[in-house]
Amino acid sequence: MEKKRRDFMGMALGACAAVGGVGALYAAKRSWDPLPSVKAAGFTTIDLSAAKPNVLNVEKWRGKPIFVLKKTADMPEDKRDIIIGSDRFHISIGLCTHLGCIPAYKAGEHKFLCACHGGEFDASGNDVKAPAPSPLVIPPFKLDGMKIVLGEEGPEYKKMLADGIAVIA
Amino acid sequence: MAKFDENAKPFTNKWLDERIGLNTLKRVLNTEYWIPKDINFLWAMGMILAATFGILLISGIFLLMYYKPDTNLAFDSVNYTIMSEVGYGWLWRHIHGVGASLVFLIIYIHMFTGIYYGSYKRGRELIWLSGMGLFVAFSAEAFSGYMLPWGQMSYWAGMVITNLFSGGSLEAYGLVEWIRGDYVPGDAYLTRFFMLHVLLIPLVIIGLIVLHFGTLRLPHVNNQEGADIDYEESAALYKAGKKKESKVIPFSPVFLSKDIFVMGVYFILFFYLVFYHFNFAMDPVNFDPADGLKTPAHIYPEWYFLWSYEILRPFSKDVGLIAFALSQLAFIFLPFIDRSPNVAPAHKRGLFQIWFWVLLIDMIVLTAMGKLPPTNETFAAIGWYSAVLFLFMGPALFVITIFEKKIEKGA
Repeated sequence: MEKKRRDFMGMALGACAAVGGVGALYAAKRSWDPLPSVKAAGFTTIDLSAAKPNVLNVEKWRGKPIFVLKKTADMPEDKRDIIIGSDRFHISIGLCTHLGCIPAYKAGEHKFLCACHGGEFDASGNDVKAPAPSPLVIPPFKLDGMKIVLGEEGPEYKKMLADGIAVIA
Repeated sequence: MAKFDENAKPFTNKWLDERIGLNTLKRVLNTEYWIPKDINFLWAMGMILAATFGILLISGIFLLMYYKPDTNLAFDSVNYTIMSEVGYGWLWRHIHGVGASLVFLIIYIHMFTGIYYGSYKRGRELIWLSGMGLFVAFSAEAFSGYMLPWGQMSYWAGMVITNLFSGGSLEAYGLVEWIRGDYVPGDAYLTRFFMLHVLLIPLVIIGLIVLHFGTLRLPHVNNQEGADIDYEESAALYKAGKKKESKVIPFSPVFLSKDIFVMGVYFILFFYLVFYHFNFAMDPVNFDPADGLKTPAHIYPEWYFLWSYEILRPFSKDVGLIAFALSQLAFIFLPFIDRSPNVAPAHKRGLFQIWFWVLLIDMIVLTAMGKLPPTNETFAAIGWYSAVLFLFMGPALFVITIFEKKIEKGA
């Protein structure tokens, strides 16, 4: 009889400690989450009317570099192009999909070259040399005349998502 | 209650012994903790590591008083305040930087000494495992510390290393953002790595050092021949005054005085580097403040991580990550991969000796290739072959040691 009561006390103590432990772990996990102010990093609007062909512009969105490249007429068309009027643009998050370095644009070769581990992308952001595993990521965008709003999902972006050209950033 | 002599004067030996068992402590940890005579200077690396950790701790305490873990202030608090305003601030920084680099040199020597002499075999597995725990903890400590000056190398090393946790095609970007507390390394990231560097990881390291010493006490340290010493017999001889016939010496003061001599030589090198060649531990790229919109032309880790970095680099993303993970884990399982019953130095173990030197040279080649930019085809090929060779070293050890002949030991 005595033993049973002790067992009960042991289990009750263990259960209370376990509940408290799980709660503390959850609180610890939540404390490491990105803060609401960080997550609410808004939208970035980029005016594309001043862009020059084959000159890379680097903008900033959610702390990440954004590549904006107006294509020249002789660059091949690509399903990843963003078309505004008669102009074709390559717009992507400027971080190598291998481990997140910023590739440099070689205007002469129409190529992005990552200095960290040697990955390469063409002017449309397609990976052409390992260790780059996948094309540069296209950020969510919405077209607004000659302007583009990053962070909002317009119909053109949704179509790219549906076609598997864009992936969730 | 125990007996307390009312005539014992406070803080005398007897008074302390009655209260905290001072004499028992001294006997177990010093005067009757027996160390074999048949050792060489490589056996001093453990205490050198302990001393270097102490020096890192002390220099760190002084840096901590002026360092500011804030993305706007961190760079200047190190490069301006500590380096040019704080009296002798440069000394603490250079000691801390040089010490962080040298501690890895000694860790590698310590590790390869253990591998050469078979000091991870039956009875000593926990010494090896706690030692590998220390290697992991020191690596985390080095990485988190490297973030703190918030220069270009800090930022981009942080970017690349935290991205490893996305797990390649698993695309666990949520986990990466959780580790960073941001989409990119930012303020939350810097403060949490500051906390890890100055509190949590040092606590883990101190705990592991105690465990590492503890696992050593019963199996005793190995010796140059891997001989199975009868400690009771040898201890009795030593205590009877027959020090010449005994195969052992007490840890303190005899072994420790040998250690302190080697330490003296080491600290001449240490402070020569601190005063005249500290630049090798200070990457010039890290004297540019962190900039999330500009990757340095060539990113590489500190020299002590180059070999594992070179295993990551030449493969496609997923294969590289798996190879990298395997190479990090491989050493941990050494006591269980080595199937040979022999506790003997490598030069008495046939093929194992070749295996040992191939491993050491391969890691040196990987280190050299890891430092070079990824653009040279020849060096990239050498790196690739060395990485593949490294991955085959584990299975090779397993096969070699299965067929290793048992060494019969004479008396």
